[in-house]
This record gives sequence, C-alpha cells and structure tokens, in this order.
Amino acid sequence: MEFYWLLGIPLVGSLMLAAMGSHRRAPEVNAAFSFATFLAAAWLTARIVAEGPRVVGAAWFFIDSFNVFLVALTAFVAFTTALFSRPYMRIEQEHGKLTPQRLRMFHASYQLFIFAMLLALTTNNMGILWVAMEGATLATVLLVSLYRTPASLEAAWKYFILCGVGIAQALFGTILLYFAAEKLLGEGGMALSWVHLNEVKTDLDPVVLQLAFVFLLVGYGTKVGLAPLHNWLPDAHAEGPTPVSAVLSGLLLNVALYAVMRCKVLVDGALGTELAGNLMMGFGLLSVVVAAFLIKRQTDVKRMFAYSSIEHMGLVTFAFGMGGAVASFAGLLHMTMHSLTKSAIFFAVGHATQSAGTQVMDGIRGLIKTNPTIGWGLMLGTLAILGMPPFGVFASEFLIITTAMHEHPWATPFLLTALGVAFAAIFGRVQPMVFGETELKRLPYQPALAPVFIHLVLVLMLGLFIPPYLADWYRQAAQLLGG
Amino acid sequence: MSQSLYLQVVNLLSALLLLIAFAMLSQRRVVGLITLFAWQGLALALSTTIVAYSTGQHHLYYSAALTVGLKVIAMPWFFFRLIRQLDAHREVETLFNVPTTMLVGIVLVVFAFNLAQPISQMSGTVTRSILGIAMASVLLSFLMMITRTKAIPQVIGFLAMENGLFLAATSATYGMPLVVELGVALDVLVGVLILGIFFFHIRETFDSLDLKHMESLKER
Repeated sequence: MEFYWLLGIPLVGSLMLAAMGSHRRAPEVNAAFSFATFLAAAWLTARIVAEGPRVVGAAWFFIDSFNVFLVALTAFVAFTTALFSRPYMRIEQEHGKLTPQRLRMFHASYQLFIFAMLLALTTNNMGILWVAMEGATLATVLLVSLYRTPASLEAAWKYFILCGVGIAQALFGTILLYFAAEKLLGEGGMALSWVHLNEVKTDLDPVVLQLAFVFLLVGYGTKVGLAPLHNWLPDAHAEGPTPVSAVLSGLLLNVALYAVMRCKVLVDGALGTELAGNLMMGFGLLSVVVAAFLIKRQTDVKRMFAYSSIEHMGLVTFAFGMGGAVASFAGLLHMTMHSLTKSAIFFAVGHATQSAGTQVMDGIRGLIKTNPTIGWGLMLGTLAILGMPPFGVFASEFLIITTAMHEHPWATPFLLTALGVAFAAIFGRVQPMVFGETELKRLPYQPALAPVFIHLVLVLMLGLFIPPYLADWYRQAAQLLGG
Repeated sequence: MSQSLYLQVVNLLSALLLLIAFAMLSQRRVVGLITLFAWQGLALALSTTIVAYSTGQHHLYYSAALTVGLKVIAMPWFFFRLIRQLDAHREVETLFNVPTTMLVGIVLVVFAFNLAQPISQMSGTVTRSILGIAMASVLLSFLMMITRTKAIPQVIGFLAMENGLFLAATSATYGMPLVVELGVALDVLVGVLILGIFFFHIRETFDSLDLKHMESLKER
C-alpha cells in the first residue's frame, strides 16, 4: 500500500501543480507533496528493513535493501530541495529572472522528475527502467533552460542530445539483454524482470551479455557523468536554476549509477569474470582524474562544484567496480554522503550567487561579513565534500582508498593525486569567497538555510557514528551487489 | 506465399531502410529530410507487419501500428508544421564533404555487419540476417548527428537512430515486450513535443536554428 502512495503522490502532485497554474501558494504545495512522498518513502523503508525484500504489484515492482536506501535518500533530498526552492525561487522571481508561468512549469516538472526517479528505482523491469531514466531526462530538459538565456538553452540542448544518444545506447544494451533472456525465460514482459533474470543469471549467454554491458555502461554512464562522456554535466548544472542543479547532482546521477549496478550484478553472474568491474574501475578512475584537473580551471562556482560531482561519482563507480563487501559498503556510503553534502553546497552557493549577483567566483567575496550563515554553510559544506574529518565523506573516502591500496595498489597514486589536486583547487577558490574583503551588501531576503544545516549535521553525524541498524542495512545492500 | 518469399520481402525492406539512411546522410534540404524520415518509418512498419504475419507474433502488429501512427504520420506532420511556423522550410544546409561522409558510412556498415555476426548466429529468429542492417542504420544515424550543424536535422538523426533500434529489436527477438515498446514510444513522443517548444526558444534567442551559435560553453 505505502508503495503506491510513494509513486502516486509525486504523480498527482505534478498534475495538481500544473493545474493550479501560477498560484501564490504553489511553492508550499510543492513542498507539501514532497514531504508526503518522503513520509511514504520512510514508511516503505521501515517495512522493507523489517520484513525483507519483496515484489509488489504483480511483479512489476521489486524492492530490496539496495533500492529502498536510494528511495529514502531520493525522497529526503527531494523534500529538502523543495523547502529550499520555496524562498529561493521567489527571490529569483523578484529579481525578474522568472515569470509566474515558468515557475508553474518548474513545480510541475519537479514533481514529475521525482516520480520518474522513484519509478526507475523501484521497477522490476529493465525496459521500464530505461523508460523511466529517459523520462527523468525529459522532465528536466526544460528546467535546465528555465532562465532562457543563450547559455542555458545551449546547456539544455547539449543535455538533451548527449543524454539522448547515450540512452539510445542503453536501449540497444537492453535489447541485447532481452535477446539473451528470452531464450531462458520465454517471451513477454517477464523476460526483462530483474528478479527472474537474477535467478537465471549464470545461464545467460556470456558473449551477448558482455556486449550488452558495454552498451549499458556507456549509455547509463553518460547520465552518471563518467568521463569522457561527461560534457553535458557541468553545463546543465551551471546554467539551470540552483534547485535543479542540486537534484541533478544529488539524485539523478545516483539513479543512473543504480541502473548500471543492476546490470552489473547480472553480467557478473553470467560471465563469472571481473570484466564488468574492471570496466567500471577504468571509467571511474578516469573520471576522478579528469574532473580533478578540470576543477582547477573553472571560474564559475556552480561549474566547479559540477566537476566535483563528476569526481565523486567516479570515485563511487570505482568503488563498485572493485566489488567485494567493504568496497561496495564504502561506495553506498559515499553515494549517500555525496548526495547530502553536494546538495547542501548547491543550496549555499545558490544564495551566495543571489547576494553577489554573479556566478563568477572572482565576483563573490567576503560572504562571512555580508551573510554569515551562507558563508558558514558554504565553508563547512566545502570542507565536508573535500573529505575533512570528522565529516562522513572522510569515512567513505578512507574506506575506498584503503581498499584500493589493498586490492589494486596501482590505482592509489592516481586517486590520491586527484583528491589532492581537487582539495587544493576547491579550497583555494572557496576561501576568498568566504573570508575575502568585500563591498557587497547583505542579501535583503531571508535565505532558506535550514536544509543546508540539516544535511551537514547528518553528514557530520554519520561521520562520527553510523547507527548499527543503518550499518546493517548498508551491509545487506552491499551483499546484494555481490559482496 | 512461402516462408522464404516473406523473408526476401523483409530483407528487401530492411535494405531499403539502410538505403534511406544513406540518402539522409547526403540530403541538404530540411523538407527532403523529413520526407525521407517518413519513408524510413514506413519501410520499418511494413517489414514489422510482414514479420508479424509470417511468424504469428501478434504483438508486432501493435508495434507496426505505433510506428505508422507516430513516425510516418504524426511526427513528419508535426515537423512540417514546425518548419512552416519557424519559416525554415527553405533551409538548405552546406554539408561537409559528402563523398568522404559516404565512404565513412560504408566503413561503418562493414563494421556493423562484423559486429552483428556472432549474435545473429545465436538468434533463433528467421529474420536474424537483418540484425547487421539494423546496427548499420543505427551507426549511420549517429554519423548523421555528428555531421549536422542545424537543430532539426540533428533531431531527425536521433529519431532515425530509434528506427534502427526498433529494427534491431524486431530482427533479433521479434520485438521487445509490448509495455516496453509503448513506454519507449511515449518517451519519444514527449521528447519530440518538448523539442518543438525548445526550437521556438532557440529561435527566439538566437534568431536561427543553426547550432553554430551555441558553442560558447566550452572548456578553455
């Protein structure tokens, strides 16, 4: 039951917000629907943790500890982002960057985007997974170009075409997967059911699955933002409105990586070799290194943090590629930490750019004097994402790197160099933004900073102490990933 | 009619589909490109129908009907209306070195046939030989997207790629499960509608649908 609420609420919310038009209370309604979705997700999570994995709705949906953890994370960040966007988008409107019609589109598309992501996470059918991933892209294309500036249109076009081509590769991979599965499971929808596929995975034809995985990894990997397929990501993050950057970076990338992981479990079973893991490690490592060196060259603050997202998703991909209980555990933990921290940073950055009137980092100075809370939010968020103890990112990065030292020592110098370069570059940039001299004035509105600090407190708490039930839960999920 | 005759007709139609992909690669005029796209959809739908009839796979009829409805009627109509509204119907594109593009296309076809070889041998369908053709047309559409600089031709290249993928699904496995095909069709339809809105935004901002104006976001 709670499962249908989970999918139904955002869908109804989207329709209702579209019908409501540019109502004055639309931002509150948006937040209320997001909160209801979060409650449904929490309820579902509690039941799955207590009762174990289960199949819902005539086997169309499947929920285990791996995807329920992402469902909870998605619903939570979607809720806090809706809280943040309420005052943020009002300020944007007062600055004349948005019209009421566009705000209406923002709210309706936002709920639709959440629905598409939750559908992708919970579906049991690899074909529907594809459909939902593409749906999530479509729901956000017009959000990226919401400001209708030349740069935002260019970014949205790139986002649509590059992700479209990428996802077409994934469709071909899905066709190949169906081709291999149909021989064992017969025709019809059930041949693409992940639960059924998982049961017969050792009998799937290895040659076909190998080819299928290459297409699936390239296809969904484009959406994860893995180098060298990452070109759309910094543009879409930098040019879209900040709440969109926060959910793209904090949620969509996770969902895409989730799709890759579901495929990897099947391919590993069929091949019995390390091929899938090695490919992921390669792509992951390349992303970490490429992103770290590109961070150095950025002048736009949102673009810089977009590259940092590529770096962290690369790190998670690398961890999942290594496989094994510890690395998968670390990967899941890092996924959570990155989502929470990066969306908090984007919230703080959003208000910082509003108060400075520019996204160029040289134009943002002395936040600690003009807007102390925004300044502290940005500084603490930056320290957290750079992996400073005691924040949770430190714990997950530490686990990933020590596992890498143990199992793949050749990769450690690359990882450490990249993390060092990223640290120096980002910290060097953020420090004057927060502490520099300034003539800027205080932001004349009440910023929405509660979500920033809620996220950072969670990250801090998880860095100091992971409650046993949560650790158990992660361990179960890591086991599913072939730990 | 005998089974082998059906098969020959299916092969002929798939070859036609590939030929149209080559024609699209060298077509300069937007109107011509949309017409070619409609014909390609028709070739796909006909071959799907014949496969459905000769093998008794009834769900393929729906797939064919969907292709006719969307890709032969609705989308070309939508595009024609769009270019009339955008006043782009006389638009002619200067293409970069057509003979070279064609040669690259031929190399891609050879590559696609080699890649499809091991899979089509494993397939139990009567139509397995056209898997190579399907992969070749996917790659050709990809090439078309790379060589074009205008917005509408790029999107048509994208949709032609979808045609190739549907042909691949029909040839290797007699089509995907119906619900997945419906979902894919829905995504494509919504995507095209969104792009329709998007074209107007691009046109409003840049006074042109030429993507040359959209090259400011680059790493320097």
